[in-house]
Parts: sequence; C-alpha cells; structure tokens
Amino acid sequence: MKSVMSNKWVISLYVLPSLLLILLLIYIPIVLTGYYGLMDWNGIGKMKFIGLENYIELAKDTKFWQSAWHSLLLGLFSTLSLVGYLILSLILASKIKGANFLRKIYLIPMLLSSVAIGQLWAKIFDPTNGMLNRILVLIGVDNPPLWLADSNIVLYALFFPIVWQYAGFYIIIFYAALKNVPEELIEAAKIDGATSIQIAYKIKVPLIAGVIKVMVILAIVGSLKYFDLIFVLTGGGPNGASEVMASYMYTEAFSKYNFGYGSAIGFGLLVICIVATWVIQKLLNTKDVDY
Amino acid sequence: MSRVALETQKTTLSASYKTSKTLGNKIGYGILYFILGVIAIIQVYPLIWLFLFSLKTNQEVFGMSPFALPQDPQWGNYAKAWTAGHIDVYFFNSVLYTVAAVVITVILASFVTFAITRMEWKLSGLVLGLFMAGYMIPLHSTLIPLFNFFKTANMIDNPMSVILSYVAFNLPITIMILTGFYKTIPREIEEAAVVDGCSIHRIFFQITLPMTVPVLSTTVIINMIYNWNEFVFVNTFLSSDKWKTITVGVNNFVGQYLTDWGAIGATLMISIIPVLIAYFILSDRIVEGIAAGSVKG
Repeated sequence: MKSVMSNKWVISLYVLPSLLLILLLIYIPIVLTGYYGLMDWNGIGKMKFIGLENYIELAKDTKFWQSAWHSLLLGLFSTLSLVGYLILSLILASKIKGANFLRKIYLIPMLLSSVAIGQLWAKIFDPTNGMLNRILVLIGVDNPPLWLADSNIVLYALFFPIVWQYAGFYIIIFYAALKNVPEELIEAAKIDGATSIQIAYKIKVPLIAGVIKVMVILAIVGSLKYFDLIFVLTGGGPNGASEVMASYMYTEAFSKYNFGYGSAIGFGLLVICIVATWVIQKLLNTKDVDY
Repeated sequence: MSRVALETQKTTLSASYKTSKTLGNKIGYGILYFILGVIAIIQVYPLIWLFLFSLKTNQEVFGMSPFALPQDPQWGNYAKAWTAGHIDVYFFNSVLYTVAAVVITVILASFVTFAITRMEWKLSGLVLGLFMAGYMIPLHSTLIPLFNFFKTANMIDNPMSVILSYVAFNLPITIMILTGFYKTIPREIEEAAVVDGCSIHRIFFQITLPMTVPVLSTTVIINMIYNWNEFVFVNTFLSSDKWKTITVGVNNFVGQYLTDWGAIGATLMISIIPVLIAYFILSDRIVEGIAAGSVKG
C-alpha cells in the first residue's frame, strides 16, 4: 500500500505543473526584479549593467521614502481600524439577532473590484456634485473639503474607501474566530459574575490572539502593497501626496519607461514587505501569552 | 457532580440570567442595533446612490438632492454604455478568462493538495511552504520581470499571459483552503481503495475529488471574484481593446466620459451586477470561504 501512495511518478505529475508555474511566474520574477535593478534599461532596448547605481539612487530618493511613508501610514490606519472591526465582531458574535444577515451586508463592498470602488468613490468625493459634499452642505457645512484635490487630506480621504472595502472581510474573519471560542468558558465566566465587557476583553480576545496577529500582518503588508484603488482614484496625486510604493514603481516603469529603476523600486517594495512581516511577527511573539 | 445535575444547574442559571434583563439592558441593545444598522447603511448606500445616478440625466445629478429618485429613469444610459463602451466585448472576455483560470486553478490545486496531504514523500512540507509563502509575495515586485518574460515569449497582448498569471497567483490561497478541508476528511475510504488495488488516478478522480465538492465550490467562488475584479495584469499585459476585460474597460471608458455621469454609473453597474447576483445566490459559501481561507492561514 505504501508504494502506491509514494509513487514518485504520480507525485511529480500532480505537483510539478503547479510548482513550475509558481516558480516561473512568482519566485524567479522576484529574483529577477533585484537583478534588473542593476541595469539601465528602458524596457525595449538592451540592458546596460550599471552596478548598484539604481539602489544608491533609491536610498537617496525622497520620493521613494515619501511613498514608503504613505504606505506605512495606510498600514498604521488599517491596524488601528482593526480595533473597530474587532469590537463590531464582538457585538455581532454575542447573540445579536440578524448577525448573519448583517455581516453579509457588511461584506458587499469587498466583492467589488477596486476599479469600480475607485470610480464610485471618485464620484462620491466630487467636490460639487458628489454624495459626500452634497450631504455636508445639506447639514450646513459651508466650505466642505476638496477631498482628493487637497494634497493635505488626500491620504486621509483615501482611507474612507479602504475601510469601506475591507471592513466586511475582517469582520467575517473575527466573527468566525469568535464563534470558535468554546461556549463553556463563557458560561463559566458568566456564572462567576463576569460582565460581557470583561468576558470580551479577558476571555474572547486573548483566545483569538492568533487570528488577530495574522490579521495585523495582513493589514500592514496588504497596505504596503496597496495599488489599484489609489492608481484609479488619484494616480498618486495631487503632486505625489498620495503616492505609494507600488504606484511609484508602476509610473516609473510603465509610464516613464525607467524599467531598471522601476525594478529597483519593486525590489525595495519586496524587501520592505519581508522585513515588515518579520518585525511584526517578532513584536507580537514577545507578547505572546499561553492560555 | 453528575452530568445531569450540572445540566439542570446550567439551565436554571441561564433562566435566571434571562429574567434579570433590565430596562438598561434593553436600551443598551437598542443602541447596539442602531450602530449596526447605521454601518449597514454606510456599506450599502453608496451602491444605491450609484444605481440612482445611473438612471439620471446630468441635470438631475447636478441640480437635485443625492437622495432624490430619478424622475424619468434613463435606461438608455445602459444601452449607451453597453454598445459605445465596448462593454459587450469586455464582458465576454472577463467571462472567458475567469472561467478558464478558475477551472485550471482548481484542478491543479486539487492535484497538489492531494499529493501533499495524501501521498508520502520527503519534500512535501517544503513544497507546501513554497505555495503558502506565495500568498505574501507582493505582485508588483514581479510585474516588470513578468512583462519582460511574456514579451520575450511573444505573449504580450495574448490572453494566455493573463490566464497563467491568474492561475499562478491564485494557487496559494486555493491550496490553503483545500489543505484545511483535506485534513478534516477521513482517509479510510481511500486506504480501502488502495487495498482493493485501485489506481491512484481513480482514487483521486472517483473518490477524493467528489468528496471535496463543497470546498471546491467555495474556492471556485473566491477565485471567480478575484479574477473578475483583477486589474493590474490585464492593464499591463493586454493592450488591444478586443482583449481587455470589463474591469480595465470600465476604467478606460470612465476616463473618456468624465462628465456623463449617467453613462458612467450604468457602466459601473454593469460591471458589478454579475458579482452581486453571484453573491445573492451563494453568499453563505462566499462568507465561509473567506473565513476558512484566512483563519487557517
């Protein structure tokens, strides 16, 4: 029986096509990105080896670090908003009637493409005819903000559609994790006279700490590679005020044809994502408590 | 204490807990429901607003309240979007790429998951790790090499480039969801089949695959939504109008008709209606798939 289930030919036949695909289209490209970063290359002509020039320039490029800072800010906002999602999930999971229906409603924006969300919010943010400013004027705000056209607030404005898009996703996951918390523990705590807030804070949240940790990583790394919505809504503007790493890379490569420098940015993005994942894991592990 | 006694004590306690619900408790619940309801409205109203302005004329959009119903619904906006914006072509392409990529992804992922969870080989852990780690790789770091690769392979402006990329980038999450499910189904039937002298392929296709139908439908839906909504690959690898998908097409169309709100609204509605319909029919599976994919990861 063992020999049938460890037939090398069958294993190769089942695994190799997929393995080849991810090696060819994911793993080799991330190595090549680092390599292309050593080149002066416009994407069409010949590559010219220039050593570390692109990477040195990248290290000194204030535009890159600014875009990295924007990505990081989005990551921090996203992490903070996890608190809100968690509280909502705790409410939903505490035997609220219609919880199932509500979380399905919350998820709807997550199903739409970032392009559709971007174009829809472009209209919502429209300074004169958009829904947001129309409502603000209706309730008596005289000079509603210009939102996406104001370089001081554009990054904060972008966060509205991001929260709108992802809220349902995180709530579904927290809710599912909370539903796995054994009912006996909660009953026992109730018998001991614990209030629902104490139960939430002292029993439920610590028990789903593992899931929360994964979601923090997902929120931060997801924000670091954020692209579609920003590309559609602002293209990184006005004046680079909402530029993030991925949009900077895309513009350098596919609009300005600096493929060498674009590759260096892409590699920087990869390194920052890996470092961020590692740092978050370290930070969260030290506070790990066993239950 | 006997089990029965414990049970009765529990019921009496929860009964007294129920009766102790005070007025304050009710008000508290009222506030909670109010908050939950407001959030539900925030999540849905932008789409209702979109639907309303897709049926309005520009004068109505610019001159009247955002809550007003369209006076004379302009269904012509939809006809205009469908033909003038090439939306019919884009729509067909989206369906084609989505279906092709989903079928390939789900079959390949099932093969891999079967080999990893059911068969015995030394490198299975490492290979699973490679697939899982693929989930964290930022797609944009691969974009320039992928573009160059497809260009040298003469596959730029060829839908195969997009379909293969969809498959590669969706394999990790699909395998992640499948692995979680494969670990929960018993192996006895498969082991019995091995003893009976069944070939591996027959075991996979006739025993294992049918058992995984529920989770397969979950992965199909998740893949469908990802592929239908995908933007960067199509925007980068495909340049002819005849190959573009609805997501990219909508973006271009809206860019061209900046001021015709009705046509823009209609185009956006056409692009999101298929996903919304799928969601209304299959929402339980989608919710389950999202929960399963991430909690296990």
